[in-house]
Amino acid sequence: MRPINFWSWLWITIGAIYFFVPLFATLLFSLQAKRDELGFTAYVNALSSPAFFNSFLFSFWTAATTITISALLILPTAYWVQLQLPRLRPVIDFITLLPFVVPAVVLVFGLIRTYNRTSLTDSRQGLYVLLVGSYVMLSIPYMYRAIDTGLRAIDVRALTEAAQSLGAGWFTIMTRVIFPNVYIALLSGAFITFAIVMGEFTIAFLLAQPAFGPYINLLSSSKVYEPSALAIISFGLTWASIGVVQWISHSFSDQSQMTGPR
Amino acid sequence: MAFLEINDVHKIYGQTVVVDTFNLQVEQGEFVSFLGPSGCGKTTTLRMVAGFIMPTAGSIVINAVDVTRMPPNRRNVGMVFQSYALFPNMTVAANVGFGLKVAGQPVRAIKQRVAEMLEIIHMTEYANRYPYQLSGGQQQRVALARALAIQPQVLLLDEPLSALDAKIRIALRQEIRTIQRQLNITTIYVTHDQEEALSLSDRIVVMNQGRIEQIGTPFAIYNRPRTRFVASFVGTLNVLTAEVVDAATGRIMIDGQEIRVNRLPTGQPDLSLAIALRPEVISLNDVYGQTANHLQGTVEDVTFLGPVVRICVRFDQHTIHLDSFNTPQLVPPRSGDSVTVSFPPEACLVLSDTPDVEV
Repeated sequence: MRPINFWSWLWITIGAIYFFVPLFATLLFSLQAKRDELGFTAYVNALSSPAFFNSFLFSFWTAATTITISALLILPTAYWVQLQLPRLRPVIDFITLLPFVVPAVVLVFGLIRTYNRTSLTDSRQGLYVLLVGSYVMLSIPYMYRAIDTGLRAIDVRALTEAAQSLGAGWFTIMTRVIFPNVYIALLSGAFITFAIVMGEFTIAFLLAQPAFGPYINLLSSSKVYEPSALAIISFGLTWASIGVVQWISHSFSDQSQMTGPR
Repeated sequence: MAFLEINDVHKIYGQTVVVDTFNLQVEQGEFVSFLGPSGCGKTTTLRMVAGFIMPTAGSIVINAVDVTRMPPNRRNVGMVFQSYALFPNMTVAANVGFGLKVAGQPVRAIKQRVAEMLEIIHMTEYANRYPYQLSGGQQQRVALARALAIQPQVLLLDEPLSALDAKIRIALRQEIRTIQRQLNITTIYVTHDQEEALSLSDRIVVMNQGRIEQIGTPFAIYNRPRTRFVASFVGTLNVLTAEVVDAATGRIMIDGQEIRVNRLPTGQPDLSLAIALRPEVISLNDVYGQTANHLQGTVEDVTFLGPVVRICVRFDQHTIHLDSFNTPQLVPPRSGDSVTVSFPPEACLVLSDTPDVEV
């Protein structure tokens, strides 16, 4: 048995305190809506507001749309790069990292300037398209990396060629061979995207969209305890998403094991 | 017209010629192996037949249809890969039935065909297992069944046994040959393992540096290699440099000792040539009689290999290895012993350096 390393545990403890103390403080604060009593009043108030459900549903459907478009765009791209254009991988890697280095506020002003005086900026639907487009861009690093990792775990070329030799066309290969073997990886990218879209503030606010992020922000200017309650709920949703990814990955990991010579 | 014709096929990547003037005719039901070292162009040629690589020049004709520019999914060519390439998300039955499903065959027909194929590969009870639940040998049998289920015109196997251990490899190679004969399917088999090629094939295409060195039956390839490369690649070989004494009578000189060969190339401009001898045709005992060639030398090393004893004999410049069966009568010599080895003139293979294709 390995001896317990004092320094490892010390650093873990310091990290945990740094992470959990503010969280615990926020939770404690959100439970103190009634004087001298701990309770869920702030949660009840926040959840019973129609604005909460409207903004939550808005962000939920926006996240779903973002994930769908992102998957449809990135899965074939990552597949094609892996199969036919492996030399382009460094270029694609660089492009997928751009959303990390371009701040959201720069991104959204760039979009507004570029599409100013078009139907994308002079209507509610147009702004929604811009919002989803921005979110798709934000999701690229997570979705691309997740899918690329999934594709690297299987022998894409051999599976594609095997399917081709059995008479399959590109659509069949994508839907029956490639997608089922990377969908767990795709799900992990999708849940991270979901968590990001649910909590995103800057882009939704600047495009004047009734999303969940701006709602929490608006609430914090008029209420005291409810924003903390919503922050805890939002945090819980993110962790639930990650938990679901872990559960799915674990449950289906056997089936997606790489076969081949061993 | 042959069932499969590969006519003047070239493949060039940039400045590199990967396959150079490849010509081959394969009859229906024939089992042909492409044999050669890594990078000799055998897999590239196979992949051109499969349609995964487009030839730079030349044509490929299957059953009188030019398929050179046809996409792989329309060629009806079954392929078995070195890495098995089973679909991990599908069961054994779904893998085997995949091609039939893609072809839009009725469910009942698919079930029946899958059952037939699983019976052929003796894996009926594994129908509902996933590939990761199978051993390497079982996975490759499933891959074979999957390729055969669509009743392809040609079956292509790209080093299918190279990832398996020796015992399974031998068992599976017999199984492949039995199934191939049973279904009478035209087969091309790529391997760098000479034993596999010799034991499985009706004909072998020996390749080197993108070119065909020799095409022939396993017997011809082993016993009558046309080039130095074929002789050295297939089987173990002693290559000796000899000087021609009299070309008309086949007299040559090796390290100052004269021997005879049956046939010398006419019009040979050089006075020296390469002679090859298989270890198993050289004898320490004078079993070939007075008409045989005899060379005197000194035993340099004796290696016990189980069924055979390999003896290394040194002459003046040359060293040869000879194999003696490990029989109860065998009295192996010791290092430093003077010995006389003998071999018949017809066992001497006169080698050329240029590829010479015998179709």
